[in-house]
Parts: sequence; C-alpha cells; structure tokens
Amino acid sequence: MAAEKMALAKAINESLRTALDADPKVLIMGEDVGKLGGVFRVTDGLQKDFGEDRVIDTPLAESGIVGTAIGLALRGYRPVVEIQFDGFVFPAYDQIVTQLAKMHARALGKIKLPVVIRIPYGGGIGAVEHHSESPEALFAHVAGLKVVSPSNASDAYWMMQQAVHSDDPVIFFEPKRRYWDKAEVDPEAIPGPLHKARVVREGSDLTLAAYGPMVKVCQEVANAAQEEGKSLEVLDLRSVSPIDFDTVQASVQKTGRLVVVHEAPVFFGSGAEIAARITERCFYHLEAPVLRVGGYHAPYPPARLEDEYLPGLDRVLDAVDRSLAY
Amino acid sequence: MTVESTAARKPRRSAGTKRTSAKKPPSPSTELVQLLTPEGKRVKHAEYDPYVADITPEELRGLYRDMVLTRRFDAEATSLQRQGELGLWASLLGQEAAQIGSGRALRDDDYVFPTYREHGVAWCRGVDPTNLLGMFRGVNNGGWDPNSNNFHLYTIVIGSQTLHATGYAMGVAKDGADSAVIAYFGDGASSQGDVAESFTFSAVYNAPVVFFCQNNQWAISEPTEKQTRVPLYQRAQGYGFPGVRVDGNDVLACLAVTKWALERARRGEGPTLVEAFTYRMGAHTTSDDPSRYRHDDERLSWEAKDPIQRLRSYLASETDTNEGFFGELEAESEALGRRVREVVRAMPDPDHFAIFENVYADGHALVDEERAQFAAYQASFVTEGEGE
Repeated sequence: MAAEKMALAKAINESLRTALDADPKVLIMGEDVGKLGGVFRVTDGLQKDFGEDRVIDTPLAESGIVGTAIGLALRGYRPVVEIQFDGFVFPAYDQIVTQLAKMHARALGKIKLPVVIRIPYGGGIGAVEHHSESPEALFAHVAGLKVVSPSNASDAYWMMQQAVHSDDPVIFFEPKRRYWDKAEVDPEAIPGPLHKARVVREGSDLTLAAYGPMVKVCQEVANAAQEEGKSLEVLDLRSVSPIDFDTVQASVQKTGRLVVVHEAPVFFGSGAEIAARITERCFYHLEAPVLRVGGYHAPYPPARLEDEYLPGLDRVLDAVDRSLAY
Repeated sequence: MTVESTAARKPRRSAGTKRTSAKKPPSPSTELVQLLTPEGKRVKHAEYDPYVADITPEELRGLYRDMVLTRRFDAEATSLQRQGELGLWASLLGQEAAQIGSGRALRDDDYVFPTYREHGVAWCRGVDPTNLLGMFRGVNNGGWDPNSNNFHLYTIVIGSQTLHATGYAMGVAKDGADSAVIAYFGDGASSQGDVAESFTFSAVYNAPVVFFCQNNQWAISEPTEKQTRVPLYQRAQGYGFPGVRVDGNDVLACLAVTKWALERARRGEGPTLVEAFTYRMGAHTTSDDPSRYRHDDERLSWEAKDPIQRLRSYLASETDTNEGFFGELEAESEALGRRVREVVRAMPDPDHFAIFENVYADGHALVDEERAQFAAYQASFVTEGEGE
C-alpha cells in the first residue's frame, strides 16, 4: 500500500488487513463483520481474503464475543473484536471489567490478554437510541484497560497497528461521524507512541484539548477565534487511558487557560479528571479555572435534538470566551 | 376469573394436547448414570462401561487416594480459616468424586477452566494445593501460572469462565489440535447469561469443550428449583448437543462419562454437557450458615451416598486392596495436612509495591506516577523514624 488519501473507515480496514497479513494469530470477530463487512464496512472484504476462520461472524451476544475472545487470547490468538455500536457494549461490560482488565494481574503477569475491542462511538449521524453514545470514561476508570480514540485517518491506521501489537487489552473508540473524513495515510511513516498527545495547532491564548470526533470541532473553533484575534492551541489527546498529561501541562503552562471538549457527559467525564490533574500540575500558571464542554447529564437525546446536546462551534467558543474573561 | 374466559381457554388447551405432553419428564433416578452404587456394588452400563473396562485395582486405589487427600486438604483449609490463617474457604466436601473422576479423565494437553471450588481438579492437574490458598489468605488473587498445568486461575464471577473455555476450545480447533477443554460450573451458574452464551458459541463453532456442571443442589441458600424447571442436563438438547446426568458421588461413573465427552470433543463432535448430580455437604463458604435455609436430614441422606466410602467398600470387597494401603494413606493424609498448615502459616504478606505490579503488560504512565507517589509517601515515614 502506497501513501494515499483515504477515509478513516478505510484506514482502519487497511490497518486490519496489514495486521491479518503480518500475523496468522490475528483474528477479527463480531456481528456482521464477514460478508457484510460490518455495518460501517470497516471490515469490508477481509473475510473474502482471509477466510471465515480468521474473520468470524459471531452469534449476536456481546458478552459471548468478548468472553470467547479472552479464551482465544489465552490460547495465543490476538482477537480484534467489533462491538457494533457504543450502546451495545454493556452486555460485554462484565467480561471486559471483571475478566479482560484484571486477568493479567490475577495471574501475576504470567498470561497476557492482547485483545482489541473496536467500538464505533459518538453522535452526529442522526441515529436512533443507543447508537450515539460516548462511554469512554466507563472504561478509562478501569485499571488494566487502555483506551484510545483516533481523530483522523492517519492516526486510525497507525493506532490500530499499535493496538493490535499491544499485549494489553485496548478499547479502540472509533469516531463514527468521522468515518468518511479523508486524510493522507502513509504506511511507511514512523508513528509516534500510541498514548502520546499531539499538538494539532499551536497557539498562545488558550488550550483546547479533545480527542476523537471533537478534534475537528476544536480546529474549527480555533479558526473562528483567530478571526477574532485569539490564538488557540489545539491538542489531540488520542489516548484517554493513559492520558498524556505532560503534553497538556506544557501547553497550559504556556497559555494559562484550558478548555476540555468531549461528547460524553461532562459529569464524571474525562474532562473532570483532566481538570483536576491540570489544576494540580499548573496551579500557578492558570489564569482561569479549567472549563469543560460536553454532553449533559441526560440520556443521549433523540436525533432532532442532538445538535443541542453535542458540543459544537458556538458552545465551545462560548467556553473560550468565559475562560478568557477571567 | 369469569365463566367466559374459562370456557374460552378450554378448547385451546385440549387442542394443544397431542399426547406427547402426557409423557412425564424422566426422573433423575432413571436418567442417572451410575457404575458404583452407594453400597459399593458395581453395576453394568452398556454405554459407559467401555470407558473404564480396563481400569486396574491400582488405578482405582489411585482414585481413592486422590479423593482422600483432597478431602484432607479441604478439611485443613477449613481449619486454617477457623484459626484466622485464611480469610475465607470454599469447601468441596462431598464433591470429591465429581472432581477426581472428571479430573482424572483429562489428558495433560487438555485445558481446565475452574470455578473457585475445583480443589480436587487442581490436585489432578498437579497444582500444588498450597498454591490455591494464596487468594483465600489474601496474598494474591490467584497467582499460579495457568499454562504450567493447563489449569486456569480460579474465577469468582459466576459463569464467566465458560466463555473463556469456549474461546480457548475454538482456538484448539483452529490449531488443529486434538486436545479438549473442560469448563466447570455449578447449578447456580446455569442461570447466568454467560453460560447460555457459551452453549450457543460452542454449538455454533462445534468447539471441543466439555461443560461439567456440578449440581450440588445449592447456590448458597437457593435450591436448584430456584434456577430451573427442567433437569439441567436437558438444557443441552435445546442447543443441539448431548447432555448427560451422572451420579456425581460415583467417581467411576464421573470418570467414564467425562472420558466419553472428551473423546467426542477430540473427534470433532463438539460440546457436551455433563451434569454431575452431587451435594454440597458443607457451607457455601466459611462465611455461610446453611442451618438458616436447609434441614440437616437432607445432608444426612447424602452422607449415605458418600463418594469415598463407596469406593472403599468396593476396594475392600472386590479387589486385593489390603488394610496396609488404607493405613499408609492415612499417614500420607496427615503429612499433607501438616505441610499445608506449615506452608500457609509461613506464607509472607506481599510487598506493598505488589499493588502496582502487573496491572499492565506494557506499562501505563498513571500506574508509574502513582507508584512513585506511593514510594515517596512510604519513604516519608522511614525518614521520620530515622530522625528520632
């Protein structure tokens, strides 16, 4: 595969293809991942090329998918499982939290659980209930799991490569509303570490920190703010567990202000953790309290209301203004 | 209920009756596979006799020894809990035949996924019994290497391991190996969704796994009637694989039926459900008080079916086993009890920093940061002490 511009979904597809090619122990599992290629076509063509034995259509039972993936990992396989939508992961939550996350420690390190759980997440696609949620904090809270979310096609390709190679379980949140966004993917490039944040845009007045689908929103916010003469720095955190606090700290020590943006509800969300830690690390540099923009403490609303619920350009700009007003 | 509604129901009810429903579900006594009666008499069984046809008196004595030593170990662990050396113990008392019979049916390359009560199976796999006590003493959460004896860690969340066993078996099939996998669980676990899903997955993928259910009649305080309205082994039928109920206090029957099920798995015939009909003679764990929910009469009736006594009767009457064997075994039992006691009492508490070890295989920045904070905090005490 030469360097080319491709959609985020296609980049994950290519990354899975590379992984299947490179290691016969890599397996793809999930509902409709075979002939259909997944409901978002992320696994399109993989079963055709690698066979039903490696790209496995499973029964419709999420706990069963993750539980058997654990067993396969114990046998030496490296399963990459797909949960069809964010809101459907909960039948598997028990297996993920009580087994997948803790088994390595339970065995005092004698066994490893290289399982990747792919979850298309987030809203903005006008879906029905349970198809637009952002449950990443529920996984970041669990020791033993790693949680990542790419914001663009290039990261999607490389972060999936790194997730498959990880000997730890990785919850891989895919921003479903960015599946069709295109970017250059260079399979010959040398990627940075999986859990390192990236400065997307440098600025001096305020730091915006986001990951997954909200990075693009924050870039638009920075553009709009620039027209008003405000210089915003945008960070793509890329990883929610661990979080690269060093990069956030360096940025906030420069700008003195931080706004964290995510689709997930603000209450007990990853923004709360970032606010607490950055307050501790940058207390004397902060010109304003760390502000958060995210979902409300309400069920994800019907699609006709999601634009009000999700952080958009105006709501983030409002938070920027409030921060700068201190 | 109105007259009209009663009348409306009648025709439907009779129309639906096709005489098949008149057939009573088979009672456990007629379905139960038994090769040794509680009195120790060998009974013939056309289907399962071949699996133990060539068993020697020496091997029978081996099974007896396994059961006696397992029971002795179990009793020692219960005592150690009472003495405060263990925080908790889950006794297997009464289930020795189910565990030793099934455990001795396994080959070395087979893989076991236990609950937290499979001390007898662990014994068969060669796991040092003192290794099982770490989690009950609170020095680790398991800690043995599952791959050194093909015996996975104890699983406390009820039923979870049946899915791990199924996935592992799917992997065995992918590898083209002819080994098999056995998943242990209980009557309570049979209600768990994970067990149902493991039946579905194993059936769909024809996985080489044996589901070995020890129906010990009680899930803490709830009798089996609170879990099911059909005999548990019959559940297999709905998933498209065979289910068998075996006398769980008959070590020979458990050995034969498990061998049969394992061979089916090895031949690529897929999963089997074995329901070992047995009884939990003790409490659920040392924290439990069975007198609150069951009558002692029931336990006494099962005492007459004791797995060890019936094999002893058989050995004494039908083989050349002499009193010397039983005497030597008693001495061996006491030595085992002594060793377990000594090892447990000498078991050191883990290093404080063990909290942060093996959380991740590839490390995690937050764990590193918190370990450093913890170290600094601990060091602050040392400094104060030195300063005095």
